[in-house]
Amino acid sequence: MITVEHLTKCYGDFMAVNDLSFEIQEGHVYGFLGPNGAGKSTTMNMMTGCLSATAGRVCIDGYDIFEEPKKAKKRIGYLPEQPPLYMNESPVEYLRFVGQAKGLRGEDLENQIREVIGQTKIETVRNRRISTLSKGYRQRVGIAQALLGNPGVIILDEPTVGLDPIQIIEIRDLIKELGQTHTVIFSSHILSEVQTICDQILMIAHGKLVAFDEPGNLEKRLLSPNEILLTTDASEEEARRILSQVSGITEIQSEKKEGQLLTMAVKTNNKDIYQVSRAIFRGFASGNKALLEMSLKKGSLEDVFIELSESGADEGSSDSREAAKEEDQ
Amino acid sequence: MIAVLKHELRNYFHTLTAYVFGAFLLAFVGIGAMLYNLQAAVSNFEYVLSFSCLIFVVIVPILTMRVIAEERKQKTDQLLYALPITTTQVVLGKYLSLLTVYLIPLCLISVYPLIFSQFGDVYLLTSYGSIFAFFMLGAALIAMGVFISSLTDNQGFAAGIGIAAVLLNYYSVSLSEYVSATAFGSLAAICVLILVMGAVIRCLTKNDNLAFGLCLGLLAVTAVCYYLEPSSFEGLLPEIMTSLSLFERFYVFVNGVFDMTGIVYYLSVIVFFLFLSVQSLEKRRYN
Repeated sequence: MITVEHLTKCYGDFMAVNDLSFEIQEGHVYGFLGPNGAGKSTTMNMMTGCLSATAGRVCIDGYDIFEEPKKAKKRIGYLPEQPPLYMNESPVEYLRFVGQAKGLRGEDLENQIREVIGQTKIETVRNRRISTLSKGYRQRVGIAQALLGNPGVIILDEPTVGLDPIQIIEIRDLIKELGQTHTVIFSSHILSEVQTICDQILMIAHGKLVAFDEPGNLEKRLLSPNEILLTTDASEEEARRILSQVSGITEIQSEKKEGQLLTMAVKTNNKDIYQVSRAIFRGFASGNKALLEMSLKKGSLEDVFIELSESGADEGSSDSREAAKEEDQ
Repeated sequence: MIAVLKHELRNYFHTLTAYVFGAFLLAFVGIGAMLYNLQAAVSNFEYVLSFSCLIFVVIVPILTMRVIAEERKQKTDQLLYALPITTTQVVLGKYLSLLTVYLIPLCLISVYPLIFSQFGDVYLLTSYGSIFAFFMLGAALIAMGVFISSLTDNQGFAAGIGIAAVLLNYYSVSLSEYVSATAFGSLAAICVLILVMGAVIRCLTKNDNLAFGLCLGLLAVTAVCYYLEPSSFEGLLPEIMTSLSLFERFYVFVNGVFDMTGIVYYLSVIVFFLFLSVQSLEKRRYN
């Protein structure tokens, strides 16, 4: 569906996107993940033909975006980071203009406008001026604009930034819905968001693709869990005495704040971590002390993300990071 | 292109722009018609137009200042880049909508000579010839305004530069009488112009070799020309200033000559500035 080959963008000496290559298949929701200034927006701008590339190519359904922009752009709906809305128009007027520019006419145009207004649930504000709408509604109008012309791919650049929690949930649901009928690519720097909506995650740091996998597989990339967290009402000496009888424990860290229960982090080198937790449970039970809470510390996407971004950071200096931030603004 | 044209037109008539533009133009031409045709009882309508063309200094920047600058400021230019239309279509659509806004008051104005002809002898041919030239003059100035607007994201700035550019053009003939007409004076002015052009190119392309190379090349050519034929430089600067004046061409029509070279001149100015506007929009894709 979309093929990106050796895509590179330089701003003077600074490399915003560095030799990016990946392929996007039909009918999935893709999350484009990376810290601020990683080159997400730049990549998306290049994929939609808004920005030229220093090197490399982008093909949409076999049409090169730089060689045959008209055909390629008809297959993409794009919502940039800041929704490009004309503030003194109503959503209907705005959508009519975008539809006409996408080559829709007459009956077909009106039908599609009605359809996208329904899909994005903006019927109630369809005749109000866009400048009076809330940020959530503006974002929806922006998405409606991208849906016009029924493109195969919808590209959304940080669609949930600056929204309140309820609006964020609504937009996420909308993205999930769209994912059933379109290929959706959306960028974000919030992991949990990408984790819940996407089938595939593209992780980008310092202009390079550092991971391209399913969310589950990315988590597996981390080492298997080796840390047990527990909360108990025993005193520290008692707890340490009980734990000293459990085999396979390599390190114990404890923390106790005034008026709170004792929490401990236990590290083990035993491959079967449940064997250790079983032994801990029995130890506390036989010592007649209550174990109030016990959990395994799992690797989360956060850890993968930080690990991968940092490994990318070693190659780029901190100067380039700041430069990237400026570019982002 | 039609989509952009319709969209822009709706915008002009939703906001005050089209009405302010039309009102200014009609008021000024109306005052001119009252002074010349009614008070002084002159039957030549072309004198009215020659009097009113000073109003372009105000109304062209009012009309064109927001045309591209505002898109940049609101970041709606991103949409235009992402839509399956070319930047040429965008610029042409915008330009044609501006011409439409300009044509509407002009249609009203073209009724005036007919009204006056009811009360005496009016030279209709020269009147309509001048109205046509007035339209071409305005069209050329609007194309220049579009280009100025494409350079910045600040409407006020675009308006300021626009006013300065039109005013300079209006007075360039009167100014040309005061500038040095000697060969050396012209040489110095041309050198300064080349250096300024080099600085602009350097600033726009950030390419030292191109800017310096072009500057040195042009300076060398000028120096050689001056050395070989110093007399050709005499009076060159005033001549250039006169020939660059859009208004000077218009006065030829006012004097009753339908000057085809003038029409071609206006058309080339329009094409030149629209081409530059397209390039200025395209350039944004590269940085």
